[in-house]
Amino acid sequence: MKKNISKSIKFFLLTLIAAAITDLAKSQEQNPLNMNEHIRALGMTPPVPVSLEGFSGEVVEVLKFDLYVQGFSFVAPADAQYQISGNNSGNVTGSVSDKFAKKIILSRSYTGGSLRTEAHAFANEIVQAITGKPGISQLRGSTAKIAFKAQASGSGNGEIYVSDFDGHNAQAVTTDNSIVAAPSWVPGRLALCYNSYSFHDDPDIFYHDLTTGQRKLIARYGGSNISPSVSPDGAKFAFISSIGGRPNIYVANIDGTGLRQLTTGVEDSSPCWSPDGQWICFATKISERRCLAKVSASGGEVQRISTAGVLNPTEPDWSPDGKWIAFTSQMGDFNICVVPADGSATPIVLIAGEDPSWAPNSRTLIFAKRAGSYRYTLSVLDVFTKQVKDVGRISGSDSEPAWAK
Amino acid sequence: MKIMKMTKLIYPLMLAFVFALVATGCAHKPGQLTRLRGPTPLAPPEPPPGNTLPGGDNGIPAASQESFEGMIADRAALAANAIHFSYDSAAVKKSEHANLEAVAQALSADRNLKLLIEGNCDERGTEEYNRSLGERRAGAAREALAKMGIDPMRIKTKSFGKDKPVGPGHDEASRAQNRRDDFVLLHPQAGMGGS
Repeated sequence: MKKNISKSIKFFLLTLIAAAITDLAKSQEQNPLNMNEHIRALGMTPPVPVSLEGFSGEVVEVLKFDLYVQGFSFVAPADAQYQISGNNSGNVTGSVSDKFAKKIILSRSYTGGSLRTEAHAFANEIVQAITGKPGISQLRGSTAKIAFKAQASGSGNGEIYVSDFDGHNAQAVTTDNSIVAAPSWVPGRLALCYNSYSFHDDPDIFYHDLTTGQRKLIARYGGSNISPSVSPDGAKFAFISSIGGRPNIYVANIDGTGLRQLTTGVEDSSPCWSPDGQWICFATKISERRCLAKVSASGGEVQRISTAGVLNPTEPDWSPDGKWIAFTSQMGDFNICVVPADGSATPIVLIAGEDPSWAPNSRTLIFAKRAGSYRYTLSVLDVFTKQVKDVGRISGSDSEPAWAK
Repeated sequence: MKIMKMTKLIYPLMLAFVFALVATGCAHKPGQLTRLRGPTPLAPPEPPPGNTLPGGDNGIPAASQESFEGMIADRAALAANAIHFSYDSAAVKKSEHANLEAVAQALSADRNLKLLIEGNCDERGTEEYNRSLGERRAGAAREALAKMGIDPMRIKTKSFGKDKPVGPGHDEASRAQNRRDDFVLLHPQAGMGGS
């Protein structure tokens, strides 16, 4: 009895805290200018406690990975806000009950897939049921994919790989045995653009349809053609070319036609797109200072994006909701940072790593982590709770990850 | 009413008369030579805003990839003339000028020869930043050779970023080796390359 009372008090307090957090979140939504408070939530938000019962083996592994990198933590059923239970004898069956609301909010059975794909599908629906927002485990009905560069240790040559976002089911999509780099998904399609040195050992950019296996050279100009980034509507790509003499930002139609130079900066690198397709963000140097900048995708003035407080920003990636830009800072070591895209608050330094790529939920990132000399491995990070999980290693060095959109 | 109409007509006529006087009679004495200025030279097109290039130029446009196709690479010829760079810099150091002179000499000796410059970086710096940096290093040597009188259209550049380290270590000695431009002499296919 006494135990029950103290439990009730505990839940009452938790409810109050939850309500307070919700209120805070609401007030921030109503006041979008207050990014300073908003950005403090990055790396500081407590995870949502859930319990997991009845599953085993791979299914537990998948559920834990998927939920952890979307801001959930695992506790005993008595301490959980949401209790997830079920079994995987044959197929995955499970349900989620909300202890505050005292009701079952999700009940599902899966069939027709491997245990892994069924577990990913369940994780996706758990996140949707609890947060009201789509999970990141699935994209268009299949397990969400990443693309990355895989390189043998001690050799510059490698291949572009595609795998599930947790590193499973990895598959080489090139057989170039050359330097390959910077895969970028064509949004909404099973297709990539990337840099490969397979033709005459030159850095060219290819468009690769993964469903047919067909690929096409879309940028082969004098000098180096590198760092492609496909526009959100899939119609264009931005890249670095030295056709004009120095590496600068160019855009062209996705079939390679309509080349246009956008910048003449002295140290331009690594372009990415804003989700509305209006801007291209990149790393450069203005007035002797390294910075991030943006330029209209149709050309115009280059505008600096403030990253005050951190040095040498490179490799920007704009979040799908438009709010954030994740990037790498170099101050001795390399760190993953996030800054409001409007520059209204100073960046938050999150964790050691490089080359972040946003998941569709605008809160989870995949990034590369140094694992020795000229070697990387991949990790997945939830920017709000700072919870991080390593992705299984495929080759000597896995880097430059891109989350399929 | 009539007077109003008259004045309306008269004023423009008077103005026209005055202008005619100025144009024909008053400005110049007859026979005086009027030196006409040539057309105003047009300024080069303004670079996109945000340009911070020293001197405002944009480097020397690249030669097309096709103009090098089929050429045979000779990596040994200029292997000893690789030039090295300071950390995170694409500026060609004075100490490297002798190597560039040697490269320029090799190219001057035979007009059919061309050159490939490969820019490389050490492990510090992110991957795509370094890929740009390597291209800047290759481009800097190309521009320096152009200043020495070598036609830059005979020179092709590419960057390997940090993907082709020659020194695998973490130490400064390895890193210094990796911050370099390699020079590869290109022979025409029908020439020295065959048999």
